[in-house]
Amino acid sequence: MSEQTAARSAQRRRGSAIWWVVLLVGVAYFTVPLVATLQFSLRTKVPFAAYTNVLQDPVFWSRLGYSAMCAVCTIVLSVALVVPTAYWVRLKVPRLRPVVEFITLLPFVIPPVVLVFGLIRVYSGNPIPLVATDLGSTALLVAAYVVLSLPYMYRAVDTGLRSIDSQSLTEAAQSLGAGWPTIILRVILPNVRGAVLSGAFLTFAIVMGEFTIANFLFRPAFGPYLSLLGNSKTYEPAAVSLISFGLTWVAMAMIAIVGRQSRGRVSAVGVR
Amino acid sequence: MTAVTATATTQDAPDARPGSRRSWAWLGILPFLVFSGLFLLLPISFLVIGSFVDRSGSLTLQNYADLSRPDIVLAFRTTIEVSLVSALAGTFVGFLMAYAVILAGLPKWLRAPLVTFAGVASNFAGVPLALAFIFTLGQLGLVTLFLRDTFGIYLYQQGFSLYTQVGLELVYVYFQLPLMILIIAPAIDGLKRDWREAAENLGASPRQYWRYVALPILMPSLMGAAILLFGNAFGAQATAYQLTGGTIPILAVKIGAQISGDVLRNVGLGYAMAMGMVLVMGVAIGCYIVLQRKAERWSR
Amino acid sequence: MSAQPAFLVLRGVRKEFPAHVAVQGFDLEVPRGDFVSFLGPSGCGKTTTLRMIAGFELPTSGTISIDGQDVSQTSPHDRNVGMVFQSYALFPNMNVADNIGFGLRVRHVKKDAIRRKVGEMLDLIHLSGKGGQYPYELSGGMQQRVALARALAIEPRVLLLDEPLSALDAKIRVSLRQEIRAIQRQLGITTVYVTHDQEEALSLSDTVVVMSEGRVEQVGPPSAIYGTPATAFVARFVGQLNVLAATVLEPSVGRISVAGQEIVMRKPLPGLVAGSSVTVAIRPETIDLDAGADASERLQGVVDDLQFLGPVIRVRLRLDGDGGTLQMDTFNRPGLVPPELGQRITVRFPGSACMVLDGSSGAQEGP
Repeated sequence: MSEQTAARSAQRRRGSAIWWVVLLVGVAYFTVPLVATLQFSLRTKVPFAAYTNVLQDPVFWSRLGYSAMCAVCTIVLSVALVVPTAYWVRLKVPRLRPVVEFITLLPFVIPPVVLVFGLIRVYSGNPIPLVATDLGSTALLVAAYVVLSLPYMYRAVDTGLRSIDSQSLTEAAQSLGAGWPTIILRVILPNVRGAVLSGAFLTFAIVMGEFTIANFLFRPAFGPYLSLLGNSKTYEPAAVSLISFGLTWVAMAMIAIVGRQSRGRVSAVGVR
Repeated sequence: MTAVTATATTQDAPDARPGSRRSWAWLGILPFLVFSGLFLLLPISFLVIGSFVDRSGSLTLQNYADLSRPDIVLAFRTTIEVSLVSALAGTFVGFLMAYAVILAGLPKWLRAPLVTFAGVASNFAGVPLALAFIFTLGQLGLVTLFLRDTFGIYLYQQGFSLYTQVGLELVYVYFQLPLMILIIAPAIDGLKRDWREAAENLGASPRQYWRYVALPILMPSLMGAAILLFGNAFGAQATAYQLTGGTIPILAVKIGAQISGDVLRNVGLGYAMAMGMVLVMGVAIGCYIVLQRKAERWSR
Repeated sequence: MSAQPAFLVLRGVRKEFPAHVAVQGFDLEVPRGDFVSFLGPSGCGKTTTLRMIAGFELPTSGTISIDGQDVSQTSPHDRNVGMVFQSYALFPNMNVADNIGFGLRVRHVKKDAIRRKVGEMLDLIHLSGKGGQYPYELSGGMQQRVALARALAIEPRVLLLDEPLSALDAKIRVSLRQEIRAIQRQLGITTVYVTHDQEEALSLSDTVVVMSEGRVEQVGPPSAIYGTPATAFVARFVGQLNVLAATVLEPSVGRISVAGQEIVMRKPLPGLVAGSSVTVAIRPETIDLDAGADASERLQGVVDDLQFLGPVIRVRLRLDGDGGTLQMDTFNRPGLVPPELGQRITVRFPGSACMVLDGSSGAQEGP
């Protein structure tokens, strides 16, 4: 190589050094708080006492279970609502697309605290006092979570439908004699499975970590539990934080795995 | 069956029902409309209407006028400041990090882990994040103690505190930065190699390429992302609540307090505050969408 | 080609990648003002060679010089060669005028001079009113013309075009390539044009370089590439070809047997003896439908396919015996009575139109 090209390569290598620094500073900023949390959780006199205390606490499990159950209900309800709607809009009523897209964009514009404010005001008296009962409040919580997950679910499913050319598939199925239930269950749903799963995992992560709505509805969920723990105990909150972080990580990893296999990428934005 | 072309998506060939019109097809999305009506539109309408009503039930604009109360103005100002600072910091550093792993010549395999981690970190907001930062920079935090024991610098004596506005901004950056990376990475990918080569071929140095071609092309995405980040921080509640409990006047926290009890002594005012938040968010999301469209149009 | 000194010279240019050799030992001398096409299938190395001339790839060995100056190691932004990309690569954030003027702007040319030059270029490409429009508002053909103007605005020494028309509709391709050639002639600029479309290469160029798998197969004017292909690859790649198996009967006069019928090629076949097998090729347009009375060679067969292509009628003939098929094109003259499917006909062609292809290593043919 001549002098010029050698000089060019050296310059590129030198330039890279700065970027390594940038990257490492960023990575440090992200890992230090996690390391600090880990270290805090291990500061107990008896090693791992924080973890054993937490894992032996029935409240931990009941709260975790409650949130997990809410997450599952949210996902089921969301899929049942979004998939047929996205499909119908795409195929039969494209004129209504702007309306539906506007609605699915609203949850971005309405902060969760405002949403729960409105929900409480609407459903705390007549005619439908949902807030008054446990079951009603839980139903309200799940409904709120479905609303929160709408943007991601709808966008993921819509992208998935577009990429599989749902119109041609439907026409092919119809020309072969299939009715609507068959088409949706056996042709459409399996093909947007990747998008649906991505949306499902994201919803799961959001619900598990959610605090605001659960707190103001006085629900025995995981988020308020962690908050209470943070205000009362010293080392246990660190352990639970890490567990919570681990759960989120698993959900994101599942999205990455599922997303790689199919279309319908979900942008991972969630709880603030 | 009639032949269906690609554009005739409103043909109802599969509906064998005789006499069925196109105009009933919208019933298919009725469940969706009912659900969003009950649990999204109705609450919002409630708040909207309530913000224009005073205690006796008559229409008024007084609630909005009351937004100029000093404590509420302070809340707006503080929330906007925190959101702006964390958005700008997140935009700047996030862009640099995304650039670092995509275009700066670092090993290609770094990108996937960074993006995955960004996905996780952007969701690690709320209570666990606040706690994590307390464990890091609180009075007995890891970094606090490390700096004290190693360098003799005790942050809290120097005037730093995590439980201030600056501390909150620092914490917010934790989920802003990764969000920026997630948004801007595809935009950086969209910088076609051809453009750089064409610029080089026409005689541009790398700096000229960035100044005249690359940055202008990225600008809509960068601005859109910054605005989205702003909106993201503006609406956040859990993190601030856990960290500061209400000592720092953040709008979302104030509304939360209002939900728990009528601390403003006027429910209508609470509604007006909520509407104020929604308005700001709406403008932010609107700007983001417009800028996204512009960016998409250019990358065609 | 004229006897001017070569303006663009490639000597022993070679490009190796870890996985394969993209370009093997390329030599080329291009006179000033010449229009040279690199023609070949995908992956033959033509684009890599072009990118080496532009400076986006560095040759593993060999040199490239322009106007006597060795530019092999010069960086792309110092070479002053203008490149037109397949994807146009117009800067989306700038309008047409700014795109065209970009090369001048980075050279710090004064604003009035830029404006004047941009105006000239817009006139040249017949888009005079469109300076204020943005790329996304223009059709593909217009965008490509702007890309051309942008490359020419800097008055480059060499103009490089990388399959500039492959993304466009067929009709636009034809009119735009004529425009490109007209502009090139008008400016007299040395041009290298990469394409996989042989019609483009043949119709536009002064010189064609046919490439395959990193090797140069033949260099020459279009008439030579088509009429006297140097290798079997060139014969097959450029234009249509009928390939027939034959047996040599008398090598001295080129008498061979095809499908049990005798043909005299009227030229000697050196190196071949009676009884050996040989592969021959005939271009479809050299074959005539009617038997005629002159001293042409003839072949008989049965029509097994007939295609009406508008100006041309394409007849496929199954030769008697086991000789294979023969495809011929004949002009759709008024009064022409095309043969029918299944009809037995005789076709004729000049013996000298036969070319000998020997496997894949080489082809000898007539004058």
